[in-house]
Amino acid sequence: MAHLMQTPVLEPIEDRTMILNMGPQHPSTHGVLRLILEIDGETVVRMMPDIGYLHTGIEKTCEAKFYQQVVPLTDRIDYLCPLTNNLCYCLAVEKLLGLEIPPKAQWMRVLLNELTRINSHLVWLGTHALDIGAMSVFLYCFREREDILRLFEMVSGQRMMTSYFRIGGLALEPPIGFFERARDFADGFPSKVDEYENLLTGNPIWMMRTKGVAKITAEDAVALGASGPTLRGSGVDFDLRRDMPYSSYEKFKFKVPTSLDGDVFARYMCRVQELRESTAIVRQALDGMPEGAIKADAPHVVLPDREKMKTQMEALIYHFKIITEGFAVPAGEVYQAVESPRGEMGYYVVSDGTAKPYRVHMRAACLANLQTLPTMCEGRLIADVVAAIGSIDIVLGEIDR
Amino acid sequence: MPLQPAITDLEQLRSHPAIAKLLAWNPAAVEEARFDRDEISIYINRDFIHQVCVLLRDNPECPFNFLSDVSCVDWLPQEPRFEVIYHLLSISRKERVRLKVRLDGGSPAVDSVSSIWPAANYFEREVYDLFGVRFIGHPYLRRLLMPEDWEGHPLRKDYPVEGYR
Repeated sequence: MAHLMQTPVLEPIEDRTMILNMGPQHPSTHGVLRLILEIDGETVVRMMPDIGYLHTGIEKTCEAKFYQQVVPLTDRIDYLCPLTNNLCYCLAVEKLLGLEIPPKAQWMRVLLNELTRINSHLVWLGTHALDIGAMSVFLYCFREREDILRLFEMVSGQRMMTSYFRIGGLALEPPIGFFERARDFADGFPSKVDEYENLLTGNPIWMMRTKGVAKITAEDAVALGASGPTLRGSGVDFDLRRDMPYSSYEKFKFKVPTSLDGDVFARYMCRVQELRESTAIVRQALDGMPEGAIKADAPHVVLPDREKMKTQMEALIYHFKIITEGFAVPAGEVYQAVESPRGEMGYYVVSDGTAKPYRVHMRAACLANLQTLPTMCEGRLIADVVAAIGSIDIVLGEIDR
Repeated sequence: MPLQPAITDLEQLRSHPAIAKLLAWNPAAVEEARFDRDEISIYINRDFIHQVCVLLRDNPECPFNFLSDVSCVDWLPQEPRFEVIYHLLSISRKERVRLKVRLDGGSPAVDSVSSIWPAANYFEREVYDLFGVRFIGHPYLRRLLMPEDWEGHPLRKDYPVEGYR
């Protein structure tokens, strides 16, 4: 009980206001977000998010694992885009090691990353529409998401917790028929986006619930650390894929959708346009997929092929050494940021020269985006809070880590 | 891309916009600088961090207007024990800079930058929660992720991975 007493509490500042507790078990909070609202009638006067219900101490766990053992942990941080987490962590460690990644692995990473972005945006679109009251969009979105999850299952054997990117390249060669399936998806998907847009974009109810709601200015968004579609919805034209490219994103042509309004509808439009742009990147990646190796030429870091292990002594030795003692990473520190579906995801990895990371810190895009929520909601109606939460697309697993 | 040796000579790094600005303002604020793996780190004297952040944010040539992240590393048993790390980003110039402040283990405290970037609010609360570093002038310095009545700071190196049993 002592613990319950000490959780953050808001004291009403006036007699006519009251405190309303929303969540953590509320269907529109997308997990376990608790919001403490001070309301005056139907109007939100103050808001205080309370987080930490999903804290699992992943950063601490990472310090006790070998570098390669951290990859499966990163899947569980932002569970809607596991491959983006894998990519960000692998890029950070590869930068620490000074590894060169072969082109095919880089293009596969781009391809799967964009599929992950589509996957994540589909979950966002479905649940966001569901929160506001449009049931059918949810069912359509999850229909297409299923196709993407099947693609992930093909390459990695897992639908969600893929761990497909490894330090130095990819886990496995993509299976026969994967590229054809991916192309089928990319060809059919734009018409599906038209379907969602037909249901929502011009829908008068949707527009009334989203236009002019939960506004945030560009200055506020930058000062509060917002990134991704939350920032671009306010008119700041910044996308890490284009402006600070990684994993050969500079070879792809795509537009970065922005909108000046800064409201829920603007963020919705940004993400829907991103669905189309991501499909275009998927198609470019499929068209230009280079041939060659999928793993870097670094036997002390990358696990050897099983076949080689049966015939070559060195391969067996390297395998044994990597599994039992890991590989040492030169001392240093790296901050690697990638554009996740929610914004700037950053991994800050510090090495002290041993086989275990000295410190791994994840910059969670959602944690910063969540800070914009009080600015968006104060002075507006309670019903708009639900729309605002959906529009910043939070994943509590990433916030709490 | 084989690793290049890190550059730690302040004279060689003078051309970097952030370092040039800081040295022109007050050479005592910059303790050390390091260019490693294409990333620049500047060690700032802990007394100047607030002023340095204002200066870098309002620098007209290269405004580091976006606070990406605040983090901390515990270098037990070294002294000074803690390093608080700020990752700044310039959205217009597409550049990053890493600021570092060294803090003693006894009662680690540093000025809060949450008045410069409201984004620092949660980041600093997280560092306070997990490392026990206090941020002077923070508007609401309470635990963020751990329960309010938790004892200890889990990311310190003397805190066991499985927790106290």
